[in-house]
Amino acid sequence: MSVPLPYFLSLSALLFTIGVIGVLIRRNVIVVFMCIELMLNAVNLTLIAFSSALGDINGQALVFFVMAVAAAEAAVGLAIVIALFRNKQTVNIDDINILKW
Amino acid sequence: MASQLVPLAVFLPLLGFLVNGILGRKIKHEALIGAIGSAAVGAGFVIGVFTLLELLRAAPDDRVRIIDLFPWISAGGLTTGVAYQVDQLSVVMLLIVTGVGFLIHVYAIGYMHGDPGFWRFFAYLNLFIFAMLNLVMADNFLLLFLGWEGVGLCSYLLIGFWYERNFEKGTTGDAAKKAFIVNRIGDFGFLIGMFLIFTTFGSLRFQTVFAQAAVFEMGRNVMMAITLALFLGATGKSAQIPLFIWLPDAMAGPTPVSALIHAATMVTAGVYMVARCSILYALAPVSLEVVAVIGAATALLAATIGLVQNDIKKVLAYSTVSQLGYMFLALGVGAFSAGIFHVMTHAFFKALLFLGAGAVIHALRDEQDIQHMGGLKSHLPVTYRTFLMGAIAIAGIFPFSGFFSKDEILWKTFAGGQWGLWLIGLAGAFMTAFYMFRLVTLTFDGEPRWAPGKHPHEAPKTMTVPLMILAFLSLVGGTLGIPPSLGGGNAIEHWLAPVFQPAYDRMALGQHENHALEYALMVLSVGVALSGIFLARVWYSRRKDIPESLAGRFAPIYKLLFNKYYIDEAYEAAVVTPMHKGSERLLWKGLDVGVIDWTVNAVARLFGALSRSVRVVQTGMAQNYVLVFVVGVIVMLAWLLAE
Repeated sequence: MSVPLPYFLSLSALLFTIGVIGVLIRRNVIVVFMCIELMLNAVNLTLIAFSSALGDINGQALVFFVMAVAAAEAAVGLAIVIALFRNKQTVNIDDINILKW
Repeated sequence: MASQLVPLAVFLPLLGFLVNGILGRKIKHEALIGAIGSAAVGAGFVIGVFTLLELLRAAPDDRVRIIDLFPWISAGGLTTGVAYQVDQLSVVMLLIVTGVGFLIHVYAIGYMHGDPGFWRFFAYLNLFIFAMLNLVMADNFLLLFLGWEGVGLCSYLLIGFWYERNFEKGTTGDAAKKAFIVNRIGDFGFLIGMFLIFTTFGSLRFQTVFAQAAVFEMGRNVMMAITLALFLGATGKSAQIPLFIWLPDAMAGPTPVSALIHAATMVTAGVYMVARCSILYALAPVSLEVVAVIGAATALLAATIGLVQNDIKKVLAYSTVSQLGYMFLALGVGAFSAGIFHVMTHAFFKALLFLGAGAVIHALRDEQDIQHMGGLKSHLPVTYRTFLMGAIAIAGIFPFSGFFSKDEILWKTFAGGQWGLWLIGLAGAFMTAFYMFRLVTLTFDGEPRWAPGKHPHEAPKTMTVPLMILAFLSLVGGTLGIPPSLGGGNAIEHWLAPVFQPAYDRMALGQHENHALEYALMVLSVGVALSGIFLARVWYSRRKDIPESLAGRFAPIYKLLFNKYYIDEAYEAAVVTPMHKGSERLLWKGLDVGVIDWTVNAVARLFGALSRSVRVVQTGMAQNYVLVFVVGVIVMLAWLLAE
């Protein structure tokens, strides 16, 4: 007896929403970063669920790619956070607003 | 066929210019540079002589040759070729330009000895000869205009040749610029005339234009406009009222330049051009009248200024302006061949006088003020004798060449019924004789007044031989134009008659065969000239108190003449200053800064202000950007779902 598809989708939507809200309201860069990862994994979960429900292996294959990219992205993102901390002595996103005119 | 070689005569000086101009700095030998320059011109003279012989052998109505080299411009209805017209008139000019030019080149080898710009000087002189030959040999107006502009350019280059020297209130560069700019005003008139000719006749070739003009009816307004516009060009190039002011300043150049360009050849370009277009002028009686009046007025005005000048070259410069006035007077009364005859004799004796003046200046190491000369007769015997012959010739004493040409002009003026102009011409002749002998007396006679350290000595052979040749020509040049009343055939008039015949046909000049009257006028003009000479000799050798007391008693008149009627100052106030001020206030500060720059800056300010109001959107806060992103995605999703 398998779990019905809507359960998966609901969980995935919930995780994604938590991720979005986290990105928007948290001030710590690392937490923001983790929320982005959360969004990625929510999407991964959706892919897996559809793949299983539709009996199509492509969804699972795509998830591997997303995970590989996410790993690379995590490396780059953390490197930026470290470089930022070395320069500014802070990981508070409100203090980092140099991306403007 | 020598006439087929005429293009060679034109292009050899260009070759000389290129050789001396490009390699001159490397050729260290002055003699070689001078030989290249002189040979390029001398070869042209030889070709000219053989061309003349060829034309003499041909039948009188078969003396026109067109040598078509290559097509030059072909655009729409306009086709112009580089083509040369060899005929009676142009061959005379060819001989004058190359003959006198050659002598002056040879003279310059001695005069410019040791000058650091020796090679540059000869390169410019050759370029000038090239342009001048294009001017006189061209078979269309456009090629003539090329030469016209070319001689103007060379004139500019050579006036400013000693560019590091001062001249009067400025530098030689100022004098050069003045000559160029004043000439440009005249060139503007020439261009307008050329445009009108093209719209009227549909061609710029002399033969086409003149053939059509020969059957035109008299007195059409367009003919008057064409001829007056062309004459404006002539007043610029040939230094007539109102554009004569550049020529006296042109004396800033080396003396051979003054002799070649500003006396013998270039300034006669206007006379040549008007004579060449004689048929056009014949159809516009008003223009002819204007030419005659301007010529006579210039002859008188320049002569009066020449009376009191103290710079040896200035006196000769005003004398040149005055003599050019005589030439235009001749053209204006329809005596075209007399005008060309005077061009020729004037080329001989004025080149002689300038070169003689150059020898004096050379001997006194750049002294030009005749108040600081005197007593040079024994030091410079050759220069003195040749200079004296030139002075007699220009004064118009029988049997020197000036007598025949000037008398021809005065007689034709009188015979044409222009008594007023004749009287002005006669007064000018008196003054010419007076100022020339004032010059001779102050320079060569009396006590030496130069600085004691100077040891004047006669110039080298390269300078004196051209002087002697020119003196000989000044003496015998008149035999070409001995009038029938003196038993001559007036060879030059007969020679040139076919060129001017269409014009004569339309003008219907009355032939006055009154020999008694002609004799009387000859005697009168010689008498006038002799009295001028006598007066000058007495006043400036024995009774120096007379001119001084006269200058004192008529001080306002003397000052007026000495300051050249304040014409330069008047032009300065009426034209130059308003132009400067107008350019500065209206064009620079008004138009350029006020309108153009302001508009550009206003556009920049507008975009700056817009950007300032929009840039607050870019906060630099990453979460703001994400928020916008998310809202955008939600809106798009909502829209898609609503579909």
